[in-house]
Amino acid sequence: MAKTILRRILIMLPQLILVSLLIFMLAQLMPGDPFYGNLNPNSDPATIERMRHAAGLDLPWYEQYIRWVEHIFQGDFGTSYTVNRGWSVTRVIGSRIWPTLSMGVIAVILTYLLAISQALLAARHENKWIDRALVVWNTLTSAVPSFVFYFVMMVLFVYLLPLFPSSGTGIEDGQSFIVNFFNNLRYAFLPALTIALFSTNSIFQYLRSNLLDQQAQDYVRTARAKGVSMKLVFRKHILRNAFLPIASGIGYSITGVLGGAIFAETIFGYPGIGALFVQALTGRDYTIITALMLLQGTLSLLGGLLSDIISAWVDPRIRVK
Amino acid sequence: MAEELLEARDVSVDFRIKGTYQTALAGVNLTIDRGQVLALVGESGSGKSTFAMSIMGLHNPELTKVTGSIQLNGEELIGLTEEQYDQYRGNSVGMIFQDPLSSLNPLMRIGEQIAEAITVHNGKAQSVSEHVLNLLTEVGIPDSDRVAKQYPHELSGGMRQRVMIAMALANEPDLIIADEPTTALDAVIQSQILDLIKKIQQKKGAGVLLITHNLDVVAEIADEVAVMYAGQIVEKAPVERLFNNPKHPYTRSLLRADPENVQAGGELYAIPGTVPSLSEMDHHKDLFLQRVPWLDQKLVDADVADTLTEIEPDHYVRGTAWQDFAFPDEQEIEGQS
Repeated sequence: MAKTILRRILIMLPQLILVSLLIFMLAQLMPGDPFYGNLNPNSDPATIERMRHAAGLDLPWYEQYIRWVEHIFQGDFGTSYTVNRGWSVTRVIGSRIWPTLSMGVIAVILTYLLAISQALLAARHENKWIDRALVVWNTLTSAVPSFVFYFVMMVLFVYLLPLFPSSGTGIEDGQSFIVNFFNNLRYAFLPALTIALFSTNSIFQYLRSNLLDQQAQDYVRTARAKGVSMKLVFRKHILRNAFLPIASGIGYSITGVLGGAIFAETIFGYPGIGALFVQALTGRDYTIITALMLLQGTLSLLGGLLSDIISAWVDPRIRVK
Repeated sequence: MAEELLEARDVSVDFRIKGTYQTALAGVNLTIDRGQVLALVGESGSGKSTFAMSIMGLHNPELTKVTGSIQLNGEELIGLTEEQYDQYRGNSVGMIFQDPLSSLNPLMRIGEQIAEAITVHNGKAQSVSEHVLNLLTEVGIPDSDRVAKQYPHELSGGMRQRVMIAMALANEPDLIIADEPTTALDAVIQSQILDLIKKIQQKKGAGVLLITHNLDVVAEIADEVAVMYAGQIVEKAPVERLFNNPKHPYTRSLLRADPENVQAGGELYAIPGTVPSLSEMDHHKDLFLQRVPWLDQKLVDADVADTLTEIEPDHYVRGTAWQDFAFPDEQEIEGQS
């Protein structure tokens, strides 16, 4: 087990380097430089050149890359240009991470709870009306763009039936952690529930068909032939086997939480990482964009790692000897 | 007189396919004595496994209708509730399946899977793990404590089949059903497994229903053979008699199609066609005759009772077609003489 994980981490290192290189290249490809929009058009070209030199922008790209990586290792991602002008990027992201985390965790938990219970219900009543209804519902939610549902939820639970606040995170500077925590829950719950309600499809479909598929497997027949009742066979044999493919997605779901939810955060006016990304893009805040992309890339890699660990933990066949 | 263990009388199985019931097994009569190995042979689709599943009560009740009578130690099995059936599956009857890899739960340790067979009937006890190790040793697995902690994918095919056998034997069943137990194994392992089944059967005095399409397997361990075609028994006899003096055209064709029986330079006989699909089965006829192209159409279409005739002691054959049946090359020889 430890070997499997170690091997997986070693594979991750070159991937991480590749991701950072790609992101750096993309940033280099973007037209202009950080001084472009911020300088008086009448500035002396020599002054601009001096500033570029001071910032190291006249160095060859690989030296710039190495400097960039060095700074990152020191926790320095640069300074925000437009979103929170003058703040360090780490501070900007730090201020958004908690709301995103709280909403994301609730959303992931609710998504799995909803999807699993729907799948169990559907598989138990295969081809009955409840099964068909759940299949149609899940197909519908994945076919219609999610933001359509978000607006509907917004109208229903904020406007028509005002149970939840319309925007914000409920977090205030100077408040104690406990107060912020509980205030935030009220704000985070509606977007989280909304995300969960309409993103059950893939887990639902996978689990439902796995449950049906596993029931027809030979090992189920063997267990029945031993005299194990169907109920017990379901609990001890079928469930765990049916959950395998789901387990491999959980890692991505967990790390994906920190990536934020662009549509939900924007529509519900909930300023987390997703909303920050949109702001940074529209404001061309390059330092924030690159930092977020790097965060996103790292999270994807970590998600893969986590998924592999979970898979190896539940499935003995995957463990490397 | 041997003690009768299993008696199946007029067992029929109908599968519901698209709303209508279609007969897969039509009035099968078979008995197995204690200490006897009965081989049930026939090609794929002839209903062998369907019969085994009826004994185990493992057909899907919503899609299957099982009628007739199956008695084990004098107790009727057909009509038992699921709960009653659970008590006797794995307890009085143990079953060994064909593909030991897919037949074992990939996520459960070998020891746990065998232990489950014990605890489900006897409750949890401290002696269970010891019992598991004894079973593993009994089926010829060295190093049983290590194997008990392994997962199915870590074992070879032969070892997995030994595990299946250990599982089937866990509660010392009176009847062991082995459904193609050696099909997935290579020749050497195959005969090891057969030896093991035979050895255990003799030691415990259990009855064995061996389902196979491999006649060499039959010759190796069976006492009696029943030949099945399209859901009906067509011939039944003690093993030597069946091999030396086969009567029914199907039995004769099967033996002729066995590579072992080809003389040097001779051509291997292949039975033309396949077993008809369920919807095309008319069980009032001798269905195999459709696959004998040189036979008189009148004989093929003739109605045949589904009872067997005892043509000599313990040798039963269905219908009368066997009396006139000959392969084309045999007819020539007869003509010459």
